[in-house]
Amino acid sequence: MSKVLMKGNEAVGAAAIKAGCKYFFGYPITPQNEIPEYMSKKLPEVGGEFVQAESEVAAINMVYGAAGSGARVMTSSSSPGMALKQEGISYLAGAELPAVIVNMMRGGPGLGGIQPAQSDYFMSVKGGGNGDYFMPVYAPASIQETVDLIQEAFDVADQYRTPVMVVADGMIGQMMEPVEFKEMPHRKLEDKTWSTDGTKEERKPNVINSLFLDAQDLEDHIIRLEEKYNLMEENECRWEEYKLEGAEIVIAAYGTTARIVKNAIDALEKDGIKVGLIRPITLWPFPKKAFDHIDSTTTNVLTVEMSRGQMIEDVRLALNGKLPTAFFGRTGGVIPTPAGVVEAVKKLVGGAK
Amino acid sequence: MAVVFKETKGLTDAKTHYCPGCTHGIVHRLVGEVLEELGVLGETIGVAPVGCSVLAYKYFNCDVHQAAHGRAPAVATGIKRVHPDKVVFTYQGDGDLASIGAAEIVHAAARGEKFTTIFINNAIYGMTGGQMAPTTLVGQKATTAPLGRDPKKVGMPMRMSEMLATLDGAKFVERATVHNPAGVRKTKAAIKKAFEMQINGEGFGIVEVLSTCPTNWGMTPVDSLKWLEENMIPYYPLGNIRTPEGGDK
Ligand SMILES: Cc1ncc(C[n+]2csc(CCOP(=O)(O)OP(=O)(O)O)c2C)c(N)n1
Ligand code: SF4
Repeated sequence: MSKVLMKGNEAVGAAAIKAGCKYFFGYPITPQNEIPEYMSKKLPEVGGEFVQAESEVAAINMVYGAAGSGARVMTSSSSPGMALKQEGISYLAGAELPAVIVNMMRGGPGLGGIQPAQSDYFMSVKGGGNGDYFMPVYAPASIQETVDLIQEAFDVADQYRTPVMVVADGMIGQMMEPVEFKEMPHRKLEDKTWSTDGTKEERKPNVINSLFLDAQDLEDHIIRLEEKYNLMEENECRWEEYKLEGAEIVIAAYGTTARIVKNAIDALEKDGIKVGLIRPITLWPFPKKAFDHIDSTTTNVLTVEMSRGQMIEDVRLALNGKLPTAFFGRTGGVIPTPAGVVEAVKKLVGGAK
Repeated sequence: MAVVFKETKGLTDAKTHYCPGCTHGIVHRLVGEVLEELGVLGETIGVAPVGCSVLAYKYFNCDVHQAAHGRAPAVATGIKRVHPDKVVFTYQGDGDLASIGAAEIVHAAARGEKFTTIFINNAIYGMTGGQMAPTTLVGQKATTAPLGRDPKKVGMPMRMSEMLATLDGAKFVERATVHNPAGVRKTKAAIKKAFEMQINGEGFGIVEVLSTCPTNWGMTPVDSLKWLEENMIPYYPLGNIRTPEGGDK
């Protein structure tokens, strides 16, 4: 298939529909409005439905209803809206329902701003809703990767019966890039025999539920969920490595920040400073194994984020004290520049080892 | 011998957990009977709320989703959009529907979502131990209104049915009661009508049922029924508020 030039947000919608998403429930918030706009236009054409909900809380609960009914369903929002969706995400996780949730992040806290940021890392990967749960979180760095990962996200959601989040900063949503809608390899998926479509009085009622009043029952349920999370940690970690071999400094960065970092790495190479990159593609499960691939030549790790430093905690856990870890980041919608990253690296080089 | 009373297929064999004299059980039975009589049990998907009827998913003999507090109408919207040919209903208390979920019920009704809502108004929060609800009557005591509801501080009790009936999308709105046999019969007829209208694709329907909470009202079941009649009905008038056949009042 040939490439088409598309705005990130519209590509999200197109990828979802290609993946078989028939239902979308959302509420407007900048910088992701083109996603619901696109879905409102395109879903009726494929026999699906779009509802502009009265709030993000309602939207995610509509997702809960549709997911429990066996449909492929998606919602999207940006940071303050995603905060409201946390209630429903916890319910989706508790009731083991598959759905895809897209967050085009903007700066916060509070109403914050509308420029790109990566400050919802904690909220996404540490369980922003109540209770013991995790969900796969994908962080694409280009529109092409967004398109590929959205399609993958629907399969992963169905395979594990879990909500899946795709987080990108507002830049991905707003910029245009050529994309190709490839035929993705499909996973082997089981029929959704657990979903509600009426018993026809031929089977026992199906119940979609996250309530366990008996403490032992709830502990058993959570431990079963944990076994699923362990499987995902084993099988679903994804990351990209760039110029790790012989690197003196290794940078950890994700999403568009990682693209900026690559430019800095190439510039530093010309100055004779060897820097490598680990780019987590799944923020949860966090690709800890990638940090075992760091060369013995490396003296420091630098985490670069569009936040005041959130992923750095997972990087430190992955390194487990093996290497000193520094941080460079801009936030509030200010985008780090390659020059800023170069300067941060140069401070580390020849510094305390 | 003619059978005058038997179990309904609309309910499972599970024993309900409701307090003695609580009218939740009566309304469950009416919903079950109506679904059975309409022959749609196998085509029905229910939504259970948060509140004393949180376990309704164990009692109704059909597919059920348990929803977050107040969100049942949003969940039902999602279900009905996926299964437009199925019968979908929510069963909600007054804390659930009139307080935390006020936006969800108003907008589902405004959109004219084609599902049916059974709304239990017992003028109190039952499950959490008797706190004030938006429907608590003036002067009625609750654990968070120890001196009785003071309208100067917390406003007047909300008449949800009247409010919802102002929305064009709400095609059937009726308030009923289960405090005596005549009321129970009328409640059943209203529930049946609301479901029939859903099946005919006419739009959103809600039946508000005045109910008792002997436990948190601190009364015997019999006194509760009397209290409902003497105090709730004057403020929450019974009857049909809206039907498509020009029944708008
Ligand atoms: C988000 C959230 N807030 C609060 C609660 C606690 N809660 C459980 S039931 C309930 C009140 C339910 O009252 P009502 O809807 O009137 O039903 P009833 O118990 O009287 O039948 C509350 C506040 C909850 N479960 N979730
Ligand atoms: S607390 Fe009240 S509403 Fe709840 S079951 Fe008991 S009597 Fe019924």
